[in-house]
Amino acid sequence: MTDRGGIVAAATGAEALSTEEPVGRSTGWWGMVLFVATESTFFACLLGSYYYLRFQVGPQWPPDGIGNPELTRPLVMTGLLLFSSVPLFWGVRGIRYGRRWRLRAGLVATMVLVVTFLTVQGTEYVDDLKILTPTTDVYGSLYYLITGFHSLHVLGGLAFVAWLFAASLVNSFDPQHYDRVRNAGIFWVFLDVVWVAVLFTIYLSPRL
Amino acid sequence: MSTTTTKPPGASQEDLSRLEEHWGEPPSLRAWFSTVDHKKIGRRYIVTAGLFFVFAGISALLMRTQLATPESGILSPQEYNQLFTMHGTSMIFLFATPMFFGLGNFLVPLMIGSRDMAFPRLNAFGYWVFLFAGLFMWVSVPFGEAPNAGWFNYAPLTNLTFEPGLAIDVYNLGLLFLGISTTAGAINFIVTALKLRAPGMSLNRVPLFVWAIVATSFMVVFALPALNLDNLLLFLDRRFDTHFFDPSAGGNVLLWQHLFWIFGHPDVYIIVMPGLGIVSSVLPAFARRGVVAYPLVVLAIVSISILSFGVWVHHMFATGLPQLSYSFFSAASTIITIPSGIQFFAWLATMALGRLVIKVPLLFLIGFLFTFLIGGLTGAMFAVTAFDQQVTDSYFVVAHFHYVLLGGAVFPMLAGLYYWLPKVTGRMYHEGLGRWAFWLVLAGMQLTFFPMHLYGLFGMPRRVYTYRGDLGWDVGNLIATVGAYVLAAGLLLVLIGVVHAIRRGRPAPSDPWGGDTLEWTTTSPPESYNFPVLPQVHSLHPTWDERTAESIGAGATQDRILSEGRRTLFTSELDARYERAVEMAESTLIPFVLACWLLLFFISMLFSWWLVAGFAAVAVVVTMGVWLWPSRRPAEKTG
Repeated sequence: MTDRGGIVAAATGAEALSTEEPVGRSTGWWGMVLFVATESTFFACLLGSYYYLRFQVGPQWPPDGIGNPELTRPLVMTGLLLFSSVPLFWGVRGIRYGRRWRLRAGLVATMVLVVTFLTVQGTEYVDDLKILTPTTDVYGSLYYLITGFHSLHVLGGLAFVAWLFAASLVNSFDPQHYDRVRNAGIFWVFLDVVWVAVLFTIYLSPRL
Repeated sequence: MSTTTTKPPGASQEDLSRLEEHWGEPPSLRAWFSTVDHKKIGRRYIVTAGLFFVFAGISALLMRTQLATPESGILSPQEYNQLFTMHGTSMIFLFATPMFFGLGNFLVPLMIGSRDMAFPRLNAFGYWVFLFAGLFMWVSVPFGEAPNAGWFNYAPLTNLTFEPGLAIDVYNLGLLFLGISTTAGAINFIVTALKLRAPGMSLNRVPLFVWAIVATSFMVVFALPALNLDNLLLFLDRRFDTHFFDPSAGGNVLLWQHLFWIFGHPDVYIIVMPGLGIVSSVLPAFARRGVVAYPLVVLAIVSISILSFGVWVHHMFATGLPQLSYSFFSAASTIITIPSGIQFFAWLATMALGRLVIKVPLLFLIGFLFTFLIGGLTGAMFAVTAFDQQVTDSYFVVAHFHYVLLGGAVFPMLAGLYYWLPKVTGRMYHEGLGRWAFWLVLAGMQLTFFPMHLYGLFGMPRRVYTYRGDLGWDVGNLIATVGAYVLAAGLLLVLIGVVHAIRRGRPAPSDPWGGDTLEWTTTSPPESYNFPVLPQVHSLHPTWDERTAESIGAGATQDRILSEGRRTLFTSELDARYERAVEMAESTLIPFVLACWLLLFFISMLFSWWLVAGFAAVAVVVTMGVWLWPSRRPAEKTG
């Protein structure tokens, strides 16, 4: 501490030494984690409301005349969404080593899988609407709100990834600056976990 | 003791001019809309929340005038319903929380030794959204379409059958709109407190006010989604014929109450907790010692914020839920008195062991202890189910929560106002005027709300626009009305005191009180960059600590001056070890533009202009894309 404020201190001080490699969590990481925490709480309340209303209605659930929801397409969708995380994380790992082509390829593959997910969801709605609408009864209201709200988040995720892809084309990310890409990864974990909860609640729990 | 003109010697004159160049903002119209300075945003929050306080206070005075005598006809029942709804909704959502967020915005970076909040632009965005959401709700009043079903807006009263028109939609959409601001602010506070503390300020050296704001923010993050969902469900029921609250199609009206109070009880602590934090932060300066049992007070803050999620059913003791749930929630509500008691006795012990300096802020603290104690005692009574069922929805409840909220939030707020006014404005307030204000506020408060305990027990229900003269309620009501005017006069004196200080007050030194936290080491008002040298913190009371003072004096190293660029420090979350210097966001118009698109979105939702709403939603997404667009980096930088 003899050379406080001098040139030696400026070159060997903590600031100079730590600029090489980012240390510690960034504010962006914390911000994203907290955003995902509050969004997850929203879904928890939504699914809690589903169970509350279900048990208030009584043993007949779904109500008379509405069979259990079809299971094939939701299982396909589960596969699509969970699998869409793989190229995303592969791309995130790529940019950590400066491989931009890997990031771009990963983002494109994720987009393809997500668009397929949303398309399957759309065909499912087309079939469902023939027997059930959001205004039929509280079951219909819950079914469309929960699945629709999750799909809205998937759509948001798609916009997020498309935006990242556009940014990656102008060479915006490198191993020191890929916070935004990694945040997409955090968001994807959230989408996956919420979807699994939705799958269990909407599609599996009526069969129990 | 330094004055406003002398600079601490740690940073050279060139450093200071470079800092000013990077952080300063020459005043212009554009700068007014684009600033991201946490001090300016904090001041705006405080002034705007103060404006909504005036609106909500005038509503209360009108109601008290109507209730002064039996069967008076000053207000129609419809007007009365709108007034009590807007009074409650504004006091809770547009005054209490934003006022504390404003104080937090101004103080948290100063208290932790940082140059800005973690997300400066998000901070500016939060303010604009708060302003627009507040105006969105209040503009409904002149049109006679203000929310009118009480601040907790129970279904089925709020179903389309009983509430045609836009009033309830204003409530639903207004709170959803405001929720964006509150959530953004809460996340910003948490991240700021985790990453931006001065080196050396490990968690056991964080000021209690910052602890309180962080605990509050965590409650917001986990409680607000329940309210947002509730408002979304009701909006869908009203506009799109869904059936969430419609028993004829399998819905359930109690769902509204559950979701509302899962948010609502934490919200009581969201309002009171920062107030308690202010008490813990103001007290040391006037007791001349730190708060007794700091670790226990921190534990109390944390445990209250967790327990507050387990007590919501005590708002629903009269709804016919199973007895077992009553027992559970009654016990939980009783347990929460323990951490509250720990804090209370810590303050008493601090005062008993310290040497008291009687100034206006301390007077308001004593007023707080007295008032909040009474509110707490009646609160413990409500935890007992049998008692609760007798007095629920009577004026006894009104008396109870006004003691809690005026006692727990407004008194500390006023203590904080007088305490930090020199720091915010650079001017001292007039002590005599402040004392008059204190005595009027205290007397007015007791006169207004104490009689409500009595005529509540005599059976007067809340939310009635008038009453018959032969029920024994008239004397109490008259006293309460007189008290309300005394209280208003006291609050007017507070306002006069603030204006007087700004216009005529003598210049404030850096540290007029001998306070213990870091904001007192910088000038009054602080420079745009807050600290010429970011301090190295060595104790819980950095301003009373010589080594910390040395760290900002001569010989301070460049890694804490950071005058090249608009920079501040990241430190590690727990121990606040030095990590790296970071570049902070500069001023921009984008947050304002984004808030405008959101305003357009919510207005078009209110009037069912679906095409406009769709356009605004796309504009929101595009604006966010522009906001967060990463800066361009050349390809050769990668390996």
